[in-house]
Amino acid sequence: MKLPRLARLASLSILFAASLLLAACHHDESQPWQLSDISGHMPDLAFQLTNDEGKAVTAADYRGKIAVLYFGYTHCPDVCPLTLAHLHVVLQKLGKPADNVRILFVSVDPTRDTPAVMHDYVKAFDPRAVGLTGSATDIEALTKRYRAAFTREPGAADGSYEVSHSSGIYIFDESGKARLLATPADPQDKIVHDLQLMLGSGNAS
Amino acid sequence: MPALLFVGLLHIGSAYAKQANHVTAEHAWIRLLPGDLPAAGYVTLQNNDAKAATIAAVQTNAYTSAMIHQSTQDADGMSHMAMVDHLAIPAHAAVSLSPSGYHLMLEHASHPVKPGDSVNVTLRFADGSELPVSFLVRPANAVDTN
Repeated sequence: MKLPRLARLASLSILFAASLLLAACHHDESQPWQLSDISGHMPDLAFQLTNDEGKAVTAADYRGKIAVLYFGYTHCPDVCPLTLAHLHVVLQKLGKPADNVRILFVSVDPTRDTPAVMHDYVKAFDPRAVGLTGSATDIEALTKRYRAAFTREPGAADGSYEVSHSSGIYIFDESGKARLLATPADPQDKIVHDLQLMLGSGNAS
Repeated sequence: MPALLFVGLLHIGSAYAKQANHVTAEHAWIRLLPGDLPAAGYVTLQNNDAKAATIAAVQTNAYTSAMIHQSTQDADGMSHMAMVDHLAIPAHAAVSLSPSGYHLMLEHASHPVKPGDSVNVTLRFADGSELPVSFLVRPANAVDTN
């Protein structure tokens, strides 16, 4: 298990280095995005998971919507809720067009995150947030696809444990193409700006 | 007898040290999550003394477990969380427990907690002194306005 994890971390570093390079070319007039443009650098959205209503879903179920993908887990009281609360504010700022956006919150802790737990969690943030969970294999397939790493930290005496996870926010257009990468540290207005652009033109690039 | 007197003096000494007396707490709030999921508590602590004050423990009747945790993010974009045993507030300085940094990790509410409630949390300092702080419970999607 050591080598794949290192490989994943390495590719993640490359991804972040690449986003830094892209950010460096930011003043290019042909570059309308404020977030990191990952078009052509990441595969289309694809998964088979269970949504927070207990139904089997695939990426095809979210075609026609802009998908905002974020990996986390419900026993994460600090960073995950902060990110989801910010995304909720972003959707509020977008107004009505935000109905064409779905926040896909994928659990990297499927043992504890049942569809029911996920449902209560995501709906506490935004009605347009969808909780996705599934088998460890299917979740790992999705995290690998986007070079997102996660690890389980050594357990505490009471059997509880912490999960470390990539904090990237991946944005896919209506056709499921990977387009932008945001981080929880990005100002809400940057995300609002880019989603507005994507919603307005359909295929701005 | 001298030993007893000495212990007595120590007690007087610690009673007058009182780190808690020099620390003020502001903007204390809890982000409530659904069900029995752990909640995070945030607060800004100002130490007005010329000596550092160190929080050694936190306690509340509202949750069976209360700890100080720290979220960190490494260069690879990985987000981690770890327990902090002691939190020092330097002399004449403030330390913020705020989202994606230090926070109180509150687990297993002992009675139902809802947005708008106040939760009393006691910060216990290294010298044994205590600072009670009232935390405002806010909904999951609340955004820190400070």
